[in-house]
Amino acid sequence: MSPLPNPLPDAEAQCRQLADLIRPYLHHRPALVGIFSGGAWIAERLKELLELPEEIGMIDVSFYRDDFAEKGLRPQVKPTAIPFDVEGRHLILVDDVLYTGRTTRAAINELFDYGRPASIELAVLADRGERELPVAPTYCVWDLALGDSDKLVLARQDDGQLAWRLENA
Amino acid sequence: MHNPQLNKDGELTHLLSIEGLPQRILTQILDTAESFMEVSARDVKKVPLLRGKSVFNLFFENSTRTRTTFEIAAKRLSADVINLDINKSSASKGETLLDTIDNLCAMHANLFVVRHASSGAPFLIAEHLQRIGLDDVHVVNAGDGRHAHPTQGLLDMYTIRHYKKDFTQLRVAIVGDILHSRVARSDIHALTTLGVPEVRAIGPETLLPKHLDKLGVHVFHDMEEGLKDCDVVIMLRLQNERMNGALLPSAGEYFRHYGLTPQKLALARLDAIVMHPGPMNRGVEIHSAVADGPQAVILPQVTFGIAVRMAVMSIVAGN
Repeated sequence: MSPLPNPLPDAEAQCRQLADLIRPYLHHRPALVGIFSGGAWIAERLKELLELPEEIGMIDVSFYRDDFAEKGLRPQVKPTAIPFDVEGRHLILVDDVLYTGRTTRAAINELFDYGRPASIELAVLADRGERELPVAPTYCVWDLALGDSDKLVLARQDDGQLAWRLENA
Repeated sequence: MHNPQLNKDGELTHLLSIEGLPQRILTQILDTAESFMEVSARDVKKVPLLRGKSVFNLFFENSTRTRTTFEIAAKRLSADVINLDINKSSASKGETLLDTIDNLCAMHANLFVVRHASSGAPFLIAEHLQRIGLDDVHVVNAGDGRHAHPTQGLLDMYTIRHYKKDFTQLRVAIVGDILHSRVARSDIHALTTLGVPEVRAIGPETLLPKHLDKLGVHVFHDMEEGLKDCDVVIMLRLQNERMNGALLPSAGEYFRHYGLTPQKLALARLDAIVMHPGPMNRGVEIHSAVADGPQAVILPQVTFGIAVRMAVMSIVAGN
């Protein structure tokens, strides 16, 4: 794993790279599901870049998180919206940063309450390792290592462009 | 002032009354309820938030709609729900309220939904739980005496926001037996907190509490005058069972003056919505043509009520 580049990579360019990784595997007619909020933005980009005709799904995993007992309900819950039938579909779950794998676990659980998909793949812009569950990305653009107190955040700027920001807790 | 509904971080840990709750908490509940509306539209109408938790419905007073919607809400959160039939239980053998609570806590209750004829009963329970150090047991008021019915108030706010979007431009009329109505009290506090500029109370002098003006409410005894240009009309049930003494000449007389007919509704704005907490007395406070008409949102209120109760239970149980 290489040291963290400075400045941070161009997130818009990474979205194009992610689309290039997915493009050879479109014969299954996959449907995209973005995890709020960063994953949903990336899924919107992928829909355009891959010229997918179908509306994307958006998922907020707050009701499925495993830390409800410790942290309670998050104050900003967004409604999940899956505008297609999940039953029998090939899905690509999209997130910005893959870390412990717990969000992915919660999202998979939530998707199964909509039906039984044929398959679920995982597409992320960044994988920072340190997994706590047996979860691996199918498509990933950027592998990196960060300290425990560092947080890599995808933000949408005023002009609508996506950009990385590093926060230290 | 100490507010027993909030924990030390200012988060909602019991829902006892709308009074004293900041706008951010009311908005958080309404926003969360919006996400739960989507859950109720799925094939699998369940999320795992309260899995393994026990919710006790303690209804010391009759209710069908509220008890059922609380039960559905708890089940959609995956909680185990226990409905206590209080009339047949130990309370009728002389057990005190707090002894009942202690016994249910010994059965590892996590959340009590309480309806009681005495104002303040849910407060009493919440303070008792705090005193004995049970921070992880929560109380939700499902109506106490004439005092408060906060989840009804919240579902009314959800309904208004759903149809009208913005609270800050609205004229809202509450019509009928406000004196005996805990719903009216909760609605008035919620409307004021959410920034509704004009709240009106319409009813005969005998059914309006004194000092409503101190809550910022405009009082009307003439319904036609009071309904003029309103965006929202909240009708209240004429509470026969709460009426001691002759406050009214007759139900027929009441309908003539304060029953909502299509003619009277025409005085409100054309896009005004008509709400009612149920159960309705058709021909007493509301004409069937209005109750079943295009401006009535009385059945959507019931559906929204489930999502709002899911939001309230999941928020308090997490804090």
